[in-house]
Amino acid sequence: MSTVLELRGVSKSFGAHRAADNVSFSIEKGCLFALVGPSGCGKTTTLRMVAGFESPDSGDVILNGQRINDLPPYRRNVSTVFQSYALFPHLTARENIEFGLQRAGAKDLAGPVAKMIELLSLHGKQDRRPAQLSGGEKQRVALARSLVIEPDVLLLDEPLSALDPNLRKQVRLELKALQRRTGITFVMVTHDRDEALSMADQIGIMNRGNLEQVGSPRELYLQPATRFVAGFLGSVNWMGEVGVRPECVRVESEASSRSRAAVVRDVVFLGNCTHVISRLDSGEEVLAEIAGSGVLFSAGQSVHLSWNTTDELRPRS
Amino acid sequence: MKRLLPLYATFAYAFLHLPLLVLTVFSFNSSKFTVWEGFSLRWYRAIADDPQLMEAAWNSLLIAIVATAFATVIGTLCAYGLWKRDAPILKGSLYVSLVTPEIVTGVSMLAFFQYLFRFMDVRLGLHTVILAHIAFSLSFVVIVVAARLRTVDPALEEAAMDLGATEWGAFYRVTLPALVPGIASAALLAFTTSFDDYVITSLVAGVDSETLPMVIYGMARKGVNPSVNAISALIVLALGVLILGAERLRSDA
Amino acid sequence: MERLRFWFLAPSRLLMAVLFGAPLAIVFFYGLLTRGTYGGQSFPLTDENFARLADPLYLTILLRSFWLAGLATALCVLMGFPLALFIARSGSRKNLFLHLVMLPFWTSFLVRTYAWMFLLRDTGLINTVLQSAGLIHEPLPLLYNDIAVVIGLVYGYLPFMVLPIFSTLERLDPALLEAAADLGARPLSALWRVTLPLTRPGMVAGSLLDFIPCLGAYLTPDLLGGGKSIMIGNLIQNQFTSARDWPFGSALSLALTAIVMVLLWQFLRRKGESFL
Repeated sequence: MSTVLELRGVSKSFGAHRAADNVSFSIEKGCLFALVGPSGCGKTTTLRMVAGFESPDSGDVILNGQRINDLPPYRRNVSTVFQSYALFPHLTARENIEFGLQRAGAKDLAGPVAKMIELLSLHGKQDRRPAQLSGGEKQRVALARSLVIEPDVLLLDEPLSALDPNLRKQVRLELKALQRRTGITFVMVTHDRDEALSMADQIGIMNRGNLEQVGSPRELYLQPATRFVAGFLGSVNWMGEVGVRPECVRVESEASSRSRAAVVRDVVFLGNCTHVISRLDSGEEVLAEIAGSGVLFSAGQSVHLSWNTTDELRPRS
Repeated sequence: MKRLLPLYATFAYAFLHLPLLVLTVFSFNSSKFTVWEGFSLRWYRAIADDPQLMEAAWNSLLIAIVATAFATVIGTLCAYGLWKRDAPILKGSLYVSLVTPEIVTGVSMLAFFQYLFRFMDVRLGLHTVILAHIAFSLSFVVIVVAARLRTVDPALEEAAMDLGATEWGAFYRVTLPALVPGIASAALLAFTTSFDDYVITSLVAGVDSETLPMVIYGMARKGVNPSVNAISALIVLALGVLILGAERLRSDA
Repeated sequence: MERLRFWFLAPSRLLMAVLFGAPLAIVFFYGLLTRGTYGGQSFPLTDENFARLADPLYLTILLRSFWLAGLATALCVLMGFPLALFIARSGSRKNLFLHLVMLPFWTSFLVRTYAWMFLLRDTGLINTVLQSAGLIHEPLPLLYNDIAVVIGLVYGYLPFMVLPIFSTLERLDPALLEAAADLGARPLSALWRVTLPLTRPGMVAGSLLDFIPCLGAYLTPDLLGGGKSIMIGNLIQNQFTSARDWPFGSALSLALTAIVMVLLWQFLRRKGESFL
């Protein structure tokens, strides 16, 4: 396992606004890394610094051991799939895919291009112009165009946001499969936590320019380093310094050791699960998510809530 | 390349502006040769002392004002009418008038007037010039006002009528005020075009009336005359101030 | 609604019919008439005027008009594109630079043409400067030839080229240039392979806006060409004044107008090909 991309103390400000603050992380080769956070958190800025469209005020961007801060985008072996895909409207799909290869002076374009067309199921569409392609097809052309030049890292800016919502789940799987097949390192920026959790090998969560935590989806979900990370990846019931996720809360009519007494305030049936919102004696409101639909609690009922200590979240900040 | 572009732009702007600047500078030259011999206003005084020039300038102004007034009103009403619903023949004729070469428009009007004058005891003069100017300005005015109309929401007039205004009321109280900047631009365009026109004017002006461009042309044809430098500088200044003023008003609006 | 519209459109309709349609119709009809003994025109109808158009003397003039107008337009494209590019990339000062291009154009076309007479003639500024610098001993014949006419045409119509190209550049998605760089294209390569092809609609529009008035130019070849560079416009004017051959002048007018209309029709037909 080797590190293909590393950021060390990268910062960038736009006027008074600090978009990225001392961001450091490293990505292993062959991994799908998701950079997640709410809009304005600095993830896109960070991505653009890797691509070369912005330059860091301080810190280093290191690709395969080489510092690339001063390299313009056309000299970096990094390729970007833009949110709007940015397909050249005056070229056909095939010509778009060939674009990066023509620069490199490669003689035999047909081979690699044909491979890409196969890989991304674009057969039959290669002679169409972007205006004649569907959203999903445009994305595949954009992917093919970037992948055919064999970049060290493929950067994806909100790859699913421009797609039809009902297509997204399927495309998530396809993208993940594509990454596995090509073995190329993917760095994906998204604001959608489900996308990140389901697709990524490693996740970096950013908030207001700061990288709050880096780790696998499980690590981040079960052992969040900060309250923000905990809250971003799912719901949390906070009781002072400690948090418990709703799905870990057990609701019983009988007390047990370490259970807390509470009164049910609301029961919301959601089909595959039920939300039971109760108020503890100490005043906090706790949301319990109970799987299945056979729940027999009602508002005003006295209940007892409990959970495993191992399920408790204790972020450092 | 990043440095080449501004360098080229400097050269291009110089090409565009130096000729007029040079002309203006030399209009203050005390000698009539193209060597600078000292600052003087003699050519400007020569203009003021030239009755033919003064009368021509007055004619140009009169023609421009009258033609602009008519063209602006007729053109605005036309643009509005076309906005409501298409009138293909009218629209087509406006486009054709826009692209017809000036010389063709000019000679055709000459032929037309001469034909009419067989039946009327009239001759070519200021009135024919004014009519010609109104005709060729019309399409400019319509285009400018139509462009402005595209930014107006048709629902506004519907709202007005819904609240009780008549069609004319809706136009007059809702749409027309919104059009004022466009109408002003169109009027300015018509004015400067009319004031500067030579080709069409020279053909339909007849022997008794002269406009400023005709006089300038005559002087220029005979060779370079320093008075022309002075007139030119004045025209550029006057029109330039007019346009900048209009732009300032427009950006304040 | 209809009544209001009728009255709003009526004056324009009247104006167009009487002062545009009728004159054009008359002139085109005159093309078929014979020249009268004292000028003017009379029956019988004849096609002699149109036949004369094929005379080598007049064909030369026609060809020269195409050549000069085409050359001027091509130069405008070459000069106008980099200028439009500069303006489009000048950030917050775009408006200022754009106005600087348009400003001279909004003043007087006659004055601007005269300015070049002032610069180019034998005792004009350019020759005076070159002579006093000792670079030449006799004035260069810069005025009263084809080159002066082309310079005058380019000077007159350059802004008409810059505007459409600029507006096309403005609508270009900046992400496309980033994508080109991202895929390895150096700035010049990206300009050639992405920006230029996508600016083509603007260049075509500008070329049309330039070529058509240049073809029918009158003042520029008259003042700057001094009778040595006669273009169609001068020829037509001549027929209607000193030569007093209105029928022939009318035939020429019809020919010129027809050429312009064909060019326009071709352009409008292809406009649907725009991929922006």
